[in-house]
Amino acid sequence: MGRRVLVTGLGTFWGGRVAQALERDPSVEVIVGLDSYEPSVPLERTEYVRADESYSILARIVRAAHIDTVIHTFLVVDSTMMSSRKMHEINVIGTMNLLAAAGAAGSTVRTVVVKSSSLVYGAQPEDPVWFREQTPRSKPPRTRVEQSLLEVEGYLRDFAEDNPHVLVTLLRFSNVLGPELTTPLSRALELPLVPAVLGFDPRFQFVATEDVIRSILFVLDHEVPGLYNVAGDGLLPWSEVAAICGKRQFFLPPYLTGVATAPMKTLRICELPPETIDLLKYGRGIDNRRLKRAGFRYEFTSAGAVERFAQAVRLRGTVGDHEPQYRYQRDVEAFFRHSPAVVREEPAP
Amino acid sequence: MPAPEPPVDLDTAEHGALVHLPRVTDDAAVPTDPRRSDVDEWGRSERMRALARQLYDPVYRHLFRAEWEGLDKIPTDGGALLVANHAAAIPSDAPVIMHGIETELQRPVYGLADNLFKSLPFVGTMWSRVGGVTAHPDNAYRLLREQHQLVLVFPEGSKGPAKHYSQRYRLRRFGRGGFVEIAMRAGVPVVPIAVVGAEESMPILLNIPQLAKAFGLPYAPITANHLLFGPLLGSILYLPAKFKLRVLDPVHFDIEPDLPRYSKSRVMDEAEAIRQQIQEALFDMLRTRESVWFG
Repeated sequence: MGRRVLVTGLGTFWGGRVAQALERDPSVEVIVGLDSYEPSVPLERTEYVRADESYSILARIVRAAHIDTVIHTFLVVDSTMMSSRKMHEINVIGTMNLLAAAGAAGSTVRTVVVKSSSLVYGAQPEDPVWFREQTPRSKPPRTRVEQSLLEVEGYLRDFAEDNPHVLVTLLRFSNVLGPELTTPLSRALELPLVPAVLGFDPRFQFVATEDVIRSILFVLDHEVPGLYNVAGDGLLPWSEVAAICGKRQFFLPPYLTGVATAPMKTLRICELPPETIDLLKYGRGIDNRRLKRAGFRYEFTSAGAVERFAQAVRLRGTVGDHEPQYRYQRDVEAFFRHSPAVVREEPAP
Repeated sequence: MPAPEPPVDLDTAEHGALVHLPRVTDDAAVPTDPRRSDVDEWGRSERMRALARQLYDPVYRHLFRAEWEGLDKIPTDGGALLVANHAAAIPSDAPVIMHGIETELQRPVYGLADNLFKSLPFVGTMWSRVGGVTAHPDNAYRLLREQHQLVLVFPEGSKGPAKHYSQRYRLRRFGRGGFVEIAMRAGVPVVPIAVVGAEESMPILLNIPQLAKAFGLPYAPITANHLLFGPLLGSILYLPAKFKLRVLDPVHFDIEPDLPRYSKSRVMDEAEAIRQQIQEALFDMLRTRESVWFG
């Protein structure tokens, strides 16, 4: 019997991409995606269920669909996307409800994979160049997104302890770069001049979107429980990142940087949240060797991820955004999935 | 129609001689690395380092006239933790040691420094480009154990440079012995270095704790250099003290590396013994020193 997977945040970039990748995997029998927003990418056999982040119907779905694998991609790591209250609801309360349902009596869930972020390490002058999975952060978290992700990880640790029969994998991703993904850093790199903090040229690490998806599939396939950093090899200075993108830098003052960037936010030029400003001052490296030892191979180095991102930005600058905009239409999707009129290929035996 | 080639027995065929097998390609694409600069993971740039060496060489040769003793005791390969006494308001010993070893032994030296460096704009970036690394046990371990580098550390921390001129050449506490523990864990020897001259290159006459507190610095002194050259130039110009450096016998710890824990008492004893060695070497060197300026 194949896997029966539940993906959270199906309407988000990651949920949609993960579901697409799972659809290609014949060993995955059922994919159910939750979100309060409709999927933004075309999906063939994923069942979309509209649900808010409180996941109130989750326990019922798990029971009804005999879900054995939960992939929790719906964690907000870009704090510019919403208010901190909303982020708290999605990250902390959402995860709490999700894990409560997954750990309910009689639950069929045996695998939980959570997509967290290297934001949990912070970025401070005291930091080591490379954070290993067990390295504690240097200072208590200051920003809301860091706090909420740490709380999420705390719940997950408790869950893993209370449910030893469940394989729990927590992946901490470095700064993700990809042609289609928008993050505070990608927005900064798409500006005509790249913001930098005067007097600082910290080293950055990146991971390509493909490697993110591949790593999630990898931990599913190989059933590796535990905590893993996911990041491309190598660190490169922010000035070099800008150079690869073919951009010059403009400099923010080294002190009161947050105050100085406020007008940029008001003028809608670019919003640099406090965790990004910390990163622009001190940078962060995470040690990716534990996942490599488990057998994972990266397709992109940090610099490789930046170069591919730069090429995509250049292409978009020339030919414009020609991505065919997919729109989810409930009736159409239901027709293709369930109408007896549609001739479906039998899955290969 | 050409006759089909006779099948080649792959097992008996001479390795790679007869058969053209398709080149084995890895599943994963070969990662590309379009690097533009030579800044390594530690933030060090060999180009910047070379430039710094060029600019610093006159200071090393003509201002401080650094003179080494026992330089052959520094291993020419493999990791080693260099440990020295630390002095002068803005420590002049770190660049001298790093420059000396890099030019004489052609080996890079990574200097562990307080994280204060990293939090200062420009200073932090420059410091890391020329080989400075934040003092963190993980950094030291990786440099020593995995990359077999020379790492320089001043166990006194900022207590060394912060001391008043009247306390010169009296070693402060060697932290909590963390450097010994790192060397044990990394399985490398500790090489003690006694430095004479740094104390007199920027002697502290007065410490102003209020000023230090206001700027978040570990100490804020008034130095002899300030009196001579004024507040600005006095903060960067050194007095021409003669530098003498003596490398002491490397200390090997006969202990297994990578243990999760090392006996705290053993660590403290070893740290204290190394401190004593450097202290005695300093007294010995000072006994024979005839002049602060000419050695």
